[in-house]
Amino acid sequence: MLKILKYSFYDLMRSSWSYVYFAFYLVLGIVLLFLNNNLSKAVITLMNVIIVLVPLIATIFGVMYYYSSKEFTELLLAQPLNRSSIFLGQYFGVAISLSMSLILGLGIPFIAYGLLKSGAIWDFSLLLITGVFLTFIFSALAFNIALSNENKIKGFGYAILMWLFLAIIYDGLFLMSLIIFEAYPLDKVSLLGTILNPIDLSRTLILLKLDISALLGYTGAVFKQFFGTSLGLIISFVMLMIWVILPVLRINFKSRKKDF
Amino acid sequence: MFSSIKAAVDNAISGDTIFIKTGVYNESNIVIYKKSLHILGEEGTIVDTQENGYGFSVEATDISIKNLTFKNIKVSYTKEYAAILLFKSYDFIIENITVENAFFGFLIQKSKDGFIRNNIISGEGKAEADSGNAIHLWHCENIKIINNDVRRMRDGIYLEFGNNSYIANNYSTKNMRYGLHFMFSNNNTYENNIFEANGAGVAVMFSKKIKMYSNIFKKNWGTASYGILLKEINDAELKHNIFEENTVGINADGTNRINYSENTFKNNGYAIKVHGACYDNRYTKNNFLYNSFDLSYSGNLNNNSFKHNFWSNYTGYDLDKNGIGDIPYRPVKLFSYLVNRTPESIVLLRSLFTDIIDFSEKVSPVFTPENLIDSEPLMTQITW
Repeated sequence: MLKILKYSFYDLMRSSWSYVYFAFYLVLGIVLLFLNNNLSKAVITLMNVIIVLVPLIATIFGVMYYYSSKEFTELLLAQPLNRSSIFLGQYFGVAISLSMSLILGLGIPFIAYGLLKSGAIWDFSLLLITGVFLTFIFSALAFNIALSNENKIKGFGYAILMWLFLAIIYDGLFLMSLIIFEAYPLDKVSLLGTILNPIDLSRTLILLKLDISALLGYTGAVFKQFFGTSLGLIISFVMLMIWVILPVLRINFKSRKKDF
Repeated sequence: MFSSIKAAVDNAISGDTIFIKTGVYNESNIVIYKKSLHILGEEGTIVDTQENGYGFSVEATDISIKNLTFKNIKVSYTKEYAAILLFKSYDFIIENITVENAFFGFLIQKSKDGFIRNNIISGEGKAEADSGNAIHLWHCENIKIINNDVRRMRDGIYLEFGNNSYIANNYSTKNMRYGLHFMFSNNNTYENNIFEANGAGVAVMFSKKIKMYSNIFKKNWGTASYGILLKEINDAELKHNIFEENTVGINADGTNRINYSENTFKNNGYAIKVHGACYDNRYTKNNFLYNSFDLSYSGNLNNNSFKHNFWSNYTGYDLDKNGIGDIPYRPVKLFSYLVNRTPESIVLLRSLFTDIIDFSEKVSPVFTPENLIDSEPLMTQITW
């Protein structure tokens, strides 16, 4: 598996897309710092971008990589290699190279700006950690979709739909249910609703670390009570882990059964 | 020459000046009754009440107390112990007094025509119940409170039934409840004060004709914190104030005929939160800069108006170059409307979905009050 991982990783590192992605974050980081002149403000703005773009890019990249390396995969399948190690190797290759672009692209301008001496370092690390988690989650989901769909167009369609659902539609349904059931006490429900969606969970984790949490009022206090404790933090990271592990297990399972 | 302040006061007659030499005086409950005295301390004069009642207890006319330091005022749950208690005193001056570890600082009751200036009062209270107010006025008229520094008390400055007072250049910070608090107090003016990191900067309740000019409200940040809390206020005026980094800049509830003009709201959670029963308020020429929500609004428009404000979120254009945007600005976003209705939905703050619904609502308003608009938003920030 490590060999394939290494191969996929270097393959991606050589491809121009990783550089585009890396350059995008580099430019974004520099522009944000230039415009904001303030590390913690830049972190807030960055959060908005990361929450939306990281999942989208990971999704598209994952699907694209699977389909474009399909012929090579078929070649590998003819070799005496464990199937799960082929697909998991590819998956981890994609996820790790994307995460690296993210960490380096954002890390370099922020460190150059003096992040290490500033108080924003924990917020920033949390941002990167959730960014990496989102990359792993969404590229795994994308691999799942691609594995289940031979048709490229269909695969892309489902992948985009999946992103659309988790990034936007989920929140819409969430908001609607909050409004419909407004007569009931909802803070526990909203907590649950937040934990179930990795994008919402990441957003809330970051928001609560930032000053802005005072805005959340009573509900925020409930949230803070939950996420503020180490148990809450552990639960949310376990939740993010589960979001990685389940799709990875399915990749493993699916790839073993699949006909090529 | 007397060895104690008490002895000096007891032996003095009206019109005398008592000069206290440097030293620590472990005295308390010094009573000045119907004698007009002028008490002056040398530098470094400390009156330590040793948690034993009041410092001075005064009922007199034409009196002054200057240049003293008070320490360790007793905390009580039944009596309001203060460094200086004035009762039915007229024409008084309290100046250059430092109170450390205060329960109440100055407690002034049924008094008139006084100056309270250049004092520093600080407390150590942990909760609202076991701390008092730095400067507490009850049934007072025409008091000038200038250039004081009050911190870590319950209320910084508290006026109950205090009329025609003037409060200026004070710095009020880290008070548990309010930096400045008006109750049933009319015709007061406060200006050039700074209120920083209090439970709420200023609370104005059940009062009429309060003028609030050129104050700075900043960092009053917390789940129930405000820059100004207005409740049941009529005919007030807010001008040239700066609200920066408060959870809620102004929280208005039951306010009528108030003019907000030339104020700046910057980086607040909510710039203005309007609850019900507000009529005839005018918001003109204010700057709303980078607040999470510019306005949160309950109920109908009720004859309140927004005009000629500068909104940093305004995305309109000005084709005729007259400095006024050609399309109206809607300060209430759909999301803030929804949060008002279902407070739990705040958990979706800063999600992509809320940006999308805000945008679509901006394009074609359906939910937000139709006439709640700034019909003539300005294109550039106001300066004054």
